Amino acid sequence: MAAAEREVHIEVRDLTMAFGSNVIQRELSFPVYRGDIFVIMGGSGCGKSTLLKHMLGLLEPAAGEILFSGTSFTRASASARDVMRRSWGITYQSGGLFGAMTLEENVGLPLQLYTDYTATQIKDVVRYKLSLVGLGGFESYYPAEISGGMNKRAALARAIALDPQILFFDEPSAGLDPISSRLLDDLILQLTESIGATVVMVTHELPSIFAIANNSVYLDASTRTMIGYGDPKQLREQSEEAVVRQFLTRSAAAGEAE
Amino acid sequence: MNQPAAGFELHTDSSPTSATLSLYGNWVDADVVPAFPQLRAELAAAGADELRLDCTELGDWNTLLMSFLLRCASYCAERDITLNTEALPENARRLLSIATSVPAHNRKEAASLPWWQLRSPSKALRELLDDLRESLAFFGDICLALGALIAGKANTRFADFRTFCYQSGPDAFAIISLTSVLVGMILGYLGAVQLQQFGAGIYVADLVTIGLLREMGPLMTAIVMAGRTGAAYAAQLGTMQANEEIDAVRTLGVSPIEFLVVPRVLALLVTMPLLTIYANLLGIVGGGIVAGGMGISMLQYTSQAGLAVSLAHIGVGLLKSVVFAVLIAIAGCRSGIQSGRNSAGVGRAATEAVVTALVYLIVADASINILFQHLGI
Repeated sequence: MAAAEREVHIEVRDLTMAFGSNVIQRELSFPVYRGDIFVIMGGSGCGKSTLLKHMLGLLEPAAGEILFSGTSFTRASASARDVMRRSWGITYQSGGLFGAMTLEENVGLPLQLYTDYTATQIKDVVRYKLSLVGLGGFESYYPAEISGGMNKRAALARAIALDPQILFFDEPSAGLDPISSRLLDDLILQLTESIGATVVMVTHELPSIFAIANNSVYLDASTRTMIGYGDPKQLREQSEEAVVRQFLTRSAAAGEAE
Repeated sequence: MNQPAAGFELHTDSSPTSATLSLYGNWVDADVVPAFPQLRAELAAAGADELRLDCTELGDWNTLLMSFLLRCASYCAERDITLNTEALPENARRLLSIATSVPAHNRKEAASLPWWQLRSPSKALRELLDDLRESLAFFGDICLALGALIAGKANTRFADFRTFCYQSGPDAFAIISLTSVLVGMILGYLGAVQLQQFGAGIYVADLVTIGLLREMGPLMTAIVMAGRTGAAYAAQLGTMQANEEIDAVRTLGVSPIEFLVVPRVLALLVTMPLLTIYANLLGIVGGGIVAGGMGISMLQYTSQAGLAVSLAHIGVGLLKSVVFAVLIAIAGCRSGIQSGRNSAGVGRAATEAVVTALVYLIVADASINILFQHLGI
């Protein structure tokens, strides 16, 4: 496979996720390659967002570990984790913009914290990042003053403020109309190609999955482990698991129909 | 590779209307990257109407180059200068075209006022009156909802009422116990020092008992509950507003006053008098501890305190606690329901709830005292 030649950027190794004795998913192992647009799929309640939170270090694994460029994040010290996190950009389901700050302050915050840019440079960079997501001129707006779709794009601008190597998206197009959602997908695709970032996203919007993803993992809620890995377009045609094919073709009928 | 520091050079070409901007060096470090105003001055001087980029000497670059180029592009767009970006590296050209694809939004800025005009006294007064009127209207709404409740037509859930009773009653025992014992002791010391000078130390019992029953018991309980429960009400309702839960209640055809506010008000109405009685008892015990330390026996203290207790004192205290309960509940619920729909709004609502409740409490307490003074109760 061509994948074998590519560099592994993120690796999930024997990960078991649990809340107390309640196991969410067990023994997940898969690589994400550099430059991938990687989708975490699965039915509601299967643990997609939980997996993302484990990758972000917001939750600790019950067993197993997660490696970034070969270095274990799970075993890293708190300060080493902070350094690794600086090369990530993250957008949350509802944007996660700080409501008490303008867009300019929101996008400028990571720059103030982690770069030695001057105030004018920060202003210019913020303008540029906001222009990238089509929000040039909205610097002085508060998140509450702009629409939901604009909030998502502004969150994207904040996520790419530090030119991250990895972008995490939690349901980027949830709650957007098909056109805005399509535009956001295009934007993610163009931006990540141009800045060469790896993307990990949780979504169950099939059009998005087929439009931009080139690698994916399918988490099954009943067996509590992964039952599909690979390019979603191939999984749709060739997966051995009926559930995965049904998910990707949106068919309601169970596998026996075939 | 040893690249020179980042910089640019502007040449006018053979044709006088066209200029070339050569970018060279590593555009990576914040302290060496040139600022756009330098270029703007040179561009203005050159007066070209076409600008070509030349990147043959360009080394590494990052966002700093892109933000420089974006300012350059918008400068060119404003002055109808054609910007030729063909020479840019592929990625940079694509990023620049994404960034310039949507024209910048022009915000119509409200003319900003100098600081001394931000709040004119007349505006502040108007806001205060509006606030008072809204509070009264809110109180009216609650009365209507209570009327509907008595008529059996209100959508108030008994289960909610029970939960809030628990939260504002038994849950508050610990802090009420602590504050009331200490307040009893403080009153005891305060009186003891003065009264002993006249050999009237035994009257500490009167002072503590009457002081607690009429004044400190209801007031301290109310202050604790304003910080504890009033703020909680504001935060709960404010978060519900932010999550559109209150909208959901409205569109279900249910009045949020009946569904959300009435159970909270009723819960405080029930628990506050009970907590006040509890606080009074513990406060008298606290005063007794101080009296014991002054050589007054427990029997003397209790019999003297028993003589001081009268139905009027108890009644005044309980009436106050009922009034305070309504005021705290109104301040908390109103701030919550009118809260802004984000985290900052919820924070403001909680602050406002406590501040408003405290102002209401002190004003109401003083008014009731003056009234009863004149009535001779």
